[in-house]
Amino acid sequence: MAILLNRSTRVIVQGFTGKIGSFHAEDMKRYGTKLVGGVTPGKGGQTHLGLPIFNTVKGAVRETRAEASIVFVPPPFAADSIMEAADAGIKLCVCITDGIPSQDMMQVKRYMRRYRFEDRMRLVGPNCAGIITPGQALMGIMPGSIYLPGRVGIVGRSGTLGYEAASQMKALGIGVSTSVGIGGDPINGSSFKDILKLFEQDDETDAVVMIGEIGGPQEAEAAIWARDNTRKPLIAYIAGLSAPKGRRMGHAGAIISAFGESAQEKVEILKEAGVIIVPTPSSFGDVVADTLERTKKAA
Amino acid sequence: MDIHEYQAKELLARHGVHVPRGGLAYSPEQATYRAREIGGGKWVLKAQVHSGARGKAGGIKLCANDEEISSAAEAMLGRKLVTHQTGPRGKLISRLYLEEAVDIAQELYLGFVLDRKEERVMIVASAAGGMEIEEIAERAPDSIIRATVDPGVGMQRFQAREIAFGLGLEDSLIGKATETIFSCYQVFRDYDASMLEINPLVVTRDGSLVALDAKMSFDENALFRRPEISELRDKSQEDPRETFASDRGLSYVGLDGNIGCIINGAGLAMATMDMIKIAGGEPANFLDIGGGASPERVAKSFRAVLGDKNVETILVNIFAGINRCDWVAEGVIKAIREVGVNVPLVVRLSGTRAEEGRKILADSGEAVIVADTLAEAAEKAVAAWRAATKKKAA
Repeated sequence: MAILLNRSTRVIVQGFTGKIGSFHAEDMKRYGTKLVGGVTPGKGGQTHLGLPIFNTVKGAVRETRAEASIVFVPPPFAADSIMEAADAGIKLCVCITDGIPSQDMMQVKRYMRRYRFEDRMRLVGPNCAGIITPGQALMGIMPGSIYLPGRVGIVGRSGTLGYEAASQMKALGIGVSTSVGIGGDPINGSSFKDILKLFEQDDETDAVVMIGEIGGPQEAEAAIWARDNTRKPLIAYIAGLSAPKGRRMGHAGAIISAFGESAQEKVEILKEAGVIIVPTPSSFGDVVADTLERTKKAA
Repeated sequence: MDIHEYQAKELLARHGVHVPRGGLAYSPEQATYRAREIGGGKWVLKAQVHSGARGKAGGIKLCANDEEISSAAEAMLGRKLVTHQTGPRGKLISRLYLEEAVDIAQELYLGFVLDRKEERVMIVASAAGGMEIEEIAERAPDSIIRATVDPGVGMQRFQAREIAFGLGLEDSLIGKATETIFSCYQVFRDYDASMLEINPLVVTRDGSLVALDAKMSFDENALFRRPEISELRDKSQEDPRETFASDRGLSYVGLDGNIGCIINGAGLAMATMDMIKIAGGEPANFLDIGGGASPERVAKSFRAVLGDKNVETILVNIFAGINRCDWVAEGVIKAIREVGVNVPLVVRLSGTRAEEGRKILADSGEAVIVADTLAEAAEKAVAAWRAATKKKAA
């Protein structure tokens, strides 16, 4: 069933009635996502886009049996909304919000640890494009039309660069099992490694494309995990070859502050771990096609 | 967001960290007046710029009388200080800080950063202060003490105490050091800092512990709830191109190349800049136009990019998801007609309403070079830039 999300996943929207929440809720519904309601404190009991509004996530879960939530709440209140979802028994939370303070995210991560591992919510994001399982469901802000259903997983920090990869693959007839945006913040819910583990267990994913960038240790950690734990090909691109040290490049997490965080250093670490490198951002399609071809021959 | 040394010291002092007596000066006269206020017979005059390594660049002077203070102040004010951290453009010195000189017995290093791996606050300390942390890590790696603090429970006294003992301090200083480390953590947490560095933290000959320098940066995402920190912003320390862009809500980073970039999404922006480099060019900037790019926003981006006089070609690369290519195209035409674009312009539109966008560009009759793919866009931009510079040289 691909990973994380399929056509029967019951989804609610937090920050449902805001401009951005409404726009994307409609888009997700159109794509086929099983949207069952939304949360906006103070508007409980009303309906929006033909769906019920609840005051609390607990209320929404009780009435709709929602298992997943997507958060469009503004940055000052977003961390609180994520913790509310975790406490209400939501299993998967995707936070789109950009601009959450780092200390709030540390608090969220700490808060989530109070639940036993089996009961703990999985957080994807914040500051991400969300999740899409092409042909089934969309829990994010990506344009559905550029993804072909298929058997290659995508996990990346950046939204639009992920679109670039998916559309290059589509142009060559290569489809995607699930695409997951983990976001551009320094502290995020799911790491590259967390998502790779899920793809490893998924029978419908044959290979994974990892789209990383400068800053932080996650790409290297993921590569080392993959070297020791998976036989599925891992293909990666690292953005930020031309980024100067110490300057934040748009994403709060895209800043070179320690050894091993520049694009060149990361590429070296990845190569050493046996990851297949996409040398330029215009060769995602070709490298994936080539890798699939070689894997098929070897099998 | 960075703040000045004197601002960081004020914050720290308010929370019980000892700093030398000092005062701010905007003129040589004010500097000499401060010396009298502070008292003593030796002072240090320090250029207030957002950079480390000021000493080597001539931004820190030890002075023994009014004449020395006055002439050092004159030499610094209005000048640009160039350190290896500021880049060749340097940073303007418009404020000076005069401090009493301190009799140093030992220099220590104390730093607080966000540790992305542990997702906690990390404290780094070393008895080999005075050098930069990279240098300490290389020359005296065994001297580095690390501890992490879980933000859920905060720093514990024992952690501060362990660091104090780890630094090899005399028994009489352990209590003071524990308090200093603890206070620094409080300031870091209470003001949403992303970095706090005291280098050096000195033990004086008379047995006190003093923060001789202080550097702080803050999480820009948290400034909404820290108005007292937002107030400390000094725009004179920023690249004027970046100030112009950030005042208009654009995410912009100035670089040294000639090809101006207007792109949606930080990752795609970095990737496009990489592609320009691979094609043999140099990007002039990073600019993420963001989601919901209206024609007005596109025109604003052109103004920001063209504000850099080194820009000789512009590349627009939009992969529209929530954006709309037809709006972007309208913005491009608006910019050509209202802002005036007198350099070659390459545009690549993909995603939502790309066809409509391309049609608007084609029908406009304006000289826009259209590209279909990312590679083509970068190659065309570099080729156009080469042709334009050749024409200029001829």
